[in-house]
Amino acid sequence: MIIMQEQTMPAEKENAQKAKIDALLHLADDSLIMGHRCSEWCGHGPILEQDIALTNIALDFVGQARNFYQHAAALLQQLPNDMALALADFDITPASITEDSLAYLRNANAYKNHLLVELPNGDWAQTILKIFFFSNYRQILFQQLLKNSDTQLAAIAEKSLKEIQYHVKWSGEWVMRLGDGTDESRERMLKAIDYLWPYVGEFFNCTEYEKTAFELDDTSIDLLKQTWLNTINHTFQLATLPEQTFGKWYQSGGKLGIHTEHLGYILAEMQFLPRTYPNAEW
Amino acid sequence: MDANKLAEQFQQKIDADIKIEPQDWMPDEYRKTLIRQISQHAHSEIVGMLPEGNWITRAPSLRRKAILLAKVQDEAGHGLYLYSAAETLGITRDEMYYQLHSGKAKYSSIFNYPTLTWADMGAIGWLVDGAAIMNQVPLSRCSYGPYARAMVRICKEESFHQRQGFEILLTLSKGNAAQRKMCQDAINRWWWPSLMMFGPTDNDSPHTAQSMKWKIKRFTNDELRQKFVDVCAEQVKFLGMTLPDKDLKWNEERKHYDFGPINWEEFWNVVKGNGPCNKERLATRVQAWEDGAWVREAALAYEEKKSARKYAFQNTAKSTENAPAFQ
Repeated sequence: MIIMQEQTMPAEKENAQKAKIDALLHLADDSLIMGHRCSEWCGHGPILEQDIALTNIALDFVGQARNFYQHAAALLQQLPNDMALALADFDITPASITEDSLAYLRNANAYKNHLLVELPNGDWAQTILKIFFFSNYRQILFQQLLKNSDTQLAAIAEKSLKEIQYHVKWSGEWVMRLGDGTDESRERMLKAIDYLWPYVGEFFNCTEYEKTAFELDDTSIDLLKQTWLNTINHTFQLATLPEQTFGKWYQSGGKLGIHTEHLGYILAEMQFLPRTYPNAEW
Repeated sequence: MDANKLAEQFQQKIDADIKIEPQDWMPDEYRKTLIRQISQHAHSEIVGMLPEGNWITRAPSLRRKAILLAKVQDEAGHGLYLYSAAETLGITRDEMYYQLHSGKAKYSSIFNYPTLTWADMGAIGWLVDGAAIMNQVPLSRCSYGPYARAMVRICKEESFHQRQGFEILLTLSKGNAAQRKMCQDAINRWWWPSLMMFGPTDNDSPHTAQSMKWKIKRFTNDELRQKFVDVCAEQVKFLGMTLPDKDLKWNEERKHYDFGPINWEEFWNVVKGNGPCNKERLATRVQAWEDGAWVREAALAYEEKKSARKYAFQNTAKSTENAPAFQ
């Protein structure tokens, strides 16, 4: 009887645990793919100081991804085998689920990042705007997570917030420079807004796992959405860029594993070594 | 004071190991030599970001990815210190970029070799950074203050890079057959170009004597190269790998390792632009610079607008101060 009790979980607790792991993977994937895209700039930036700044941001994202994957891996290792495998979405023993196996051995359809983060870098305007939208979203979400009942998640959010504040400031300053710089930079910003805006709706189209794990209800999501929009519009106003509103239609699917065509290429590049030499140490 | 007297005093300071600072008098040739050397060094850091940057998105673990990113970022930082050190001699960063992009200024030829496998990240750390450290540690005692101080900082970070590189190779050397093969292959490809990093032999190095007199250089190319060979010949044993030189052998009489002849024809060809990646590396730098032109223009335009607004605001504030107060 005791053994039976240990192996099965009450349905409610099981769902909560599933939601938490999905949510951690979602946060980790967002961070990793953001880090990947930012790192593509390394050595190619328009100004040496900015090359360093962007590489630093890439490094922050990779660091955050590691924290979330490690936390997810620790939770998965505690789960019964079949449940851990189903959640992690690949076929290895749960004991060997690590930050690296989660990053390197899951397929694109197991990745749960927002579509926005996997979009190509484009020019400096598009990259800046993507970081600006994303880090402002992260900032308000992570402020919520500080109160999360999962103390490890709250601790990671707290640590990350220090970095995110810098990302928000850095990208915001660039939005102003480009928006209120030259005619060309302004044109490029407008183009970037046009390209990226259809993807920001997904931030606030919360999945069940986000609602459960992040302890959000519809009211608090609505508040996040309004706060985010106000923040963006405040900077846009300073940058002499047009005020934005949420449209009825937006692109989504990433958080449930349905991605753009871009993610497959990112993962093919990122994962090729560990997949070519399974079980190798690096 | 006449030029001879100044030159004499200058040499006395050098001989007494007193650092030369930007505001001090210095012979034109000393200034030119330093500008050439420091800017080449800065360019090497910046171009050197490319072969390693090539593997950031493909690093095989998250830890390795983070370390590699940090390393390439360090190189950008080194470039920054060095450009700043060169600027103290009266040249601007944009002028130095122009020299690089037009092909007038050189950078270390080692970065004209391709990075073909993950093991190359290890070999670059161990051999290329190792050779750089051999060259740079004496430079931290160089007679020109700003250069010497930049080198102190750079050397600390480089030795960390070298250990990381060696650790990558060590992990591969303990791995599966494919990883061990990858490790040996990378050593084979990077060994000789690393030896070439010390420059031509002393007989073919026309600037060495003057640079040593000015204490810009403290050891000759061949002395440093020998030191490097001696160290690597021992370290490679820990990897269970070999260096690709059948003539490499301990010489009891000299108390040094003998090593085989360097292919100077290859060296001069790579210097002249005929290496495997010369054109690509330079084109990549030029492209980054040209693609960034509109960004730099926008930043400048914005700063101008901002300071114009600040000026207008201050003037309004001043005129309000002088105006009679409202009652």
